[in-house]
Amino acid sequence: MAQATVLETPDLTLDGLLATPEGRALLSCIQCGTCAGTCPYGEVLRNTPRRLIGMLREGFIEEVLASDDLLSCVTCYDCWAKCPRGLRLTDVLLPLVKEQVLLRLPQVPAELQGALSNTMRYGNPMGESPRKRAAWVETAGVPVPILRDLGRPVDVLWIVECYTAYYPRGQENARATARLLHALGVDFAILGNEEKCAGECARLVGEKGLFDTLREQNMATFAKYEFGSLLTSDPHAFDAFRFVYPALGLGNPVDHTTPFVASRLDALRPRLTRELGYKITYHDSCVLGRHNHMHDEPRRLLEALPGVSLIEMTHNRDNTICCGGGGGGMWLDTFYKAKGHPRLSDRRVEEALETGADVLAVSCPYEVPRFEDSLKVLGGDDRMVVRDVMELAAEALAE
Amino acid sequence: MKILVLMKMVPDIVEELEVAGDGRSLDQEFLRFIVNERDEYALEQALLLKDRLQATITVVAPEAPEVDDVLFTARAKGADRLIKVTGLPAGAGARATAAALAATLPIIDGVLPADLVLSGCQSIDDLDGFVAPLLATALDLPYLGLVSRVAVDGGKAEVSKEYAGGVMGRFEVTLPALLGIQGCEKPPRYVPIAKVRAAIAAGGIEAVAAAGGPGMPSIEITAMAKPEAAGHAEMLQGSAREVAEKVADILAARGLL
Repeated sequence: MAQATVLETPDLTLDGLLATPEGRALLSCIQCGTCAGTCPYGEVLRNTPRRLIGMLREGFIEEVLASDDLLSCVTCYDCWAKCPRGLRLTDVLLPLVKEQVLLRLPQVPAELQGALSNTMRYGNPMGESPRKRAAWVETAGVPVPILRDLGRPVDVLWIVECYTAYYPRGQENARATARLLHALGVDFAILGNEEKCAGECARLVGEKGLFDTLREQNMATFAKYEFGSLLTSDPHAFDAFRFVYPALGLGNPVDHTTPFVASRLDALRPRLTRELGYKITYHDSCVLGRHNHMHDEPRRLLEALPGVSLIEMTHNRDNTICCGGGGGGMWLDTFYKAKGHPRLSDRRVEEALETGADVLAVSCPYEVPRFEDSLKVLGGDDRMVVRDVMELAAEALAE
Repeated sequence: MKILVLMKMVPDIVEELEVAGDGRSLDQEFLRFIVNERDEYALEQALLLKDRLQATITVVAPEAPEVDDVLFTARAKGADRLIKVTGLPAGAGARATAAALAATLPIIDGVLPADLVLSGCQSIDDLDGFVAPLLATALDLPYLGLVSRVAVDGGKAEVSKEYAGGVMGRFEVTLPALLGIQGCEKPPRYVPIAKVRAAIAAGGIEAVAAAGGPGMPSIEITAMAKPEAAGHAEMLQGSAREVAEKVADILAARGLL
């Protein structure tokens, strides 16, 4: 099983790739085509990962870079997980190629351009005011301390992240997480309006300059405070803090809210007394699930909720189906539609509906809007709702 | 071919604008500035012309918070020379601004004459779009505003303007000329931040003091206040079916169904 590891050379360039162990590993590709076969957009990509490696090895670099079809890579980690040679396609090779593609694109798709520009200017892809990042705290129902106001070190610095902080449905996840942290007696705080996007999706779509800028700004903010560990609601931020920021010196342990709460289940269990009565199917996110193999933690937490039965979809755990939102895909739906690509979240929701479950549980804030849209498109919104695992756990909490 | 692009910063309304304690100005504490959207199109039009012709682009912008980022971004996109003008009157109104620019541009070495001067046709603090035509008059240049496409052939430019009802007008203007840009054939291009960071590292913004002079009568703001809401929208509550029925009732009551 492929294991995610810290990126030792985050400042790698495509030109310098072959001088690195990751680059030299390209030479060991046996062109088996597993990556092309497992890629969710494999049938619509002109240059599948297999073909791309072959072209790079044979010197057809300009031909690779002149095509925009790598924008269809949604960084689902499927090619990485299944490569028999263990090549770091998703988090190393493809972003390096995409960086060069982005530099050459005559026109960056409008939604992606807007998201990247907004992230640079406002620290979030929606273009919302940075001064409103912590506005959700007023509706949390429990105290959510801001680290700057607290004036003392905390055990856990919770990075709420963009969709959880701003998106109205995401804020339900934020409120639920705050309640759970209180129930667990965790000494925590958030950065409030000082928080900015971690930048992982910018990195994976090839906008390395934007990622570098955000990483420097976030590291400067972290340096102002003392905290024990980082906790985040977004698997993409989790990956960034766990595997990429350490190269800049971030040494604090990093956790995601779902495994964090699951690992404290014994303390929480006596409080989980409200009968939910839900049939739940859990969607493994590509990053938390396939990349970090955190499959048992969400299931253990869901199974501990009173009156819950879990039903598995056909594709689960490392074989999960991507929602299509990673690596910039969140802001490329129009681009994919224009290309005639199928919408990956529709594919996933079709499978979820087949289980007969009434709740589709998720652990990534991107999935809530993506799956809710798909439920409406597929006419399944009268049979199924999308809920974050944090929302479900908080609902089961006794008042 | 020499193209001069005039850009400026305006308040970013992603932040709610607040009136300062003096009741006559914006509260500066949380005010951020962003490049005027029409000026971004003016720069894009210049870049499109540079893509097709031999051209150099000079960008001139009044000094303002965050203007350096805008100038370096212009450089990363392909602008050749970046000039920041210090000491221009802010919020003085269209006549004073145009007069100050008209006095300043000729004293900046190598900026004028330019074959083409491009500016946004309006901004949120110049909704009437007076600055560009007043500047053209002061510089003795022909002016066309609300321009959405520019093609240059020799000493002439073919310029398209859009009118109400989707009617397009096509004009020919002898260069040099000043054009007020509303849009262009494609949205402003995206430039990867790595290129902007490289431009910042390279530096190269020239700072030039605005020309002094007799000046023009400027606008004095006597009071500034937020509009008071005269009424509120009625939010329809209920299930989708109930809301749909209420909408149908409202439309029927007004004779629209």
